[in-house]
Amino acid sequence: MKLAISAVEPIINAPFDARFGRCAYFIFVDAETHAWKASPNPALTSGGGAGTQAAQFIAGQGAQAVVSSSFGPNAYEALVAAGIKMYSARAGLVENIFEDFVSGELEEFSPSSDSGKNARHGRHKGARR
Amino acid sequence: MIIAVASGKGGTGKTTVAASLALAISAAPITFLDCDVEAPNAHLYLEPELMLHKDVGLLIPKVDQQLCTACGRCAEVCQYHAIVVLAEKALVFPELCHGCGSCTLNCPEDAIREVPKVVGELEAGPAVSGINFARGTLNVSEPMAAPVIRQLKNWQPFPESAIVIRDVPPGTSCPVVESILGADFVLLVTEPTPFGLHDLRLAAQLARSLGLPAGVVVNRDGIGDSRVDEFCRKAGLPVLMRIPMERRIAECLARGRPLVKSYPEYLPRFQELYTRIQSLAAANGSEVTLAQIELGS
Repeated sequence: MKLAISAVEPIINAPFDARFGRCAYFIFVDAETHAWKASPNPALTSGGGAGTQAAQFIAGQGAQAVVSSSFGPNAYEALVAAGIKMYSARAGLVENIFEDFVSGELEEFSPSSDSGKNARHGRHKGARR
Repeated sequence: MIIAVASGKGGTGKTTVAASLALAISAAPITFLDCDVEAPNAHLYLEPELMLHKDVGLLIPKVDQQLCTACGRCAEVCQYHAIVVLAEKALVFPELCHGCGSCTLNCPEDAIREVPKVVGELEAGPAVSGINFARGTLNVSEPMAAPVIRQLKNWQPFPESAIVIRDVPPGTSCPVVESILGADFVLLVTEPTPFGLHDLRLAAQLARSLGLPAGVVVNRDGIGDSRVDEFCRKAGLPVLMRIPMERRIAECLARGRPLVKSYPEYLPRFQELYTRIQSLAAANGSEVTLAQIELGS
């Protein structure tokens, strides 16, 4: 299975990027072979809808799970529709987060567990002009 | 003649200046548009009787899943990523949609139709001194102000006026650009503080990039420092009026009284302001208004 992790740099030992829609890179790691590749996030410079665009991008790359810190309401809805599982990490290096994922130590993301002030799940959706 | 009263920084006195300017022009019927649809407040000064109402609708795509082949063309053309194709299904995010219609036009299967969604309201009616007043209000929780402003500008509940004053929202983002587009002159209200200067610079750059002549009103004159004046001089932006920092002015505004009504000595000053705006707008394109000096820091 293929895992996407948001990262600051395009390398496996890059610092983790806490943002999903606006992260700089995604590191795609194969959970079985540990082979990885980095791709720039096309939504980084998007004028709007970065969350849905990033979700569509990682779905197109074949990711079945994704690790970031928090997921906005639009990104969440898109990732659920794409059948991509979301996990939360706090900080650290991408390779350590990958190890945590493999050993089952990462928490599955749910909108209610997110205390981020931008997370307005439910009726009021987050969006930028 | 359309005058957009903008500022960059919030709370500099846009509505104060716009309302008194409208009240000072007695020559012709005036239309006043409150374009600050996220927080309209010009009605406090101009006391309109809002008799006319109209909903603002956006056309949002609705996908017929029977006809959709998940080809992805809609997602490809949507600049706002408001429609995405995931797991062989097109998914619409109405809050991100600008209602441009690109997805509907480009769908090869004709699987998309557009359904209206109400995002705000327009209201209009006569205000004090025979001013034709109209405003837009964006519904709470709706993120996009620009469509409401666009429809407010195009709405014609009154006979056409020779003079239109638009009270522009603060900032320099999409709603501000939408409020300024189509105007003949941008009146920039600022205060002589570092914040006032920072945002004045941005707003002046916006007016210039739209190719519009601009002038400045310095409000709360006497506070802060002289850097706003230095900037205006270097940028070739004429300072058209100064309103001093005075407790009596703050008190009259806090009571919802327009400046020219409480202190009639301001009436000729606002009339002169209008005369100067007229001549600057008429001279647009000449070197008088478009200074060659860069506005950048």
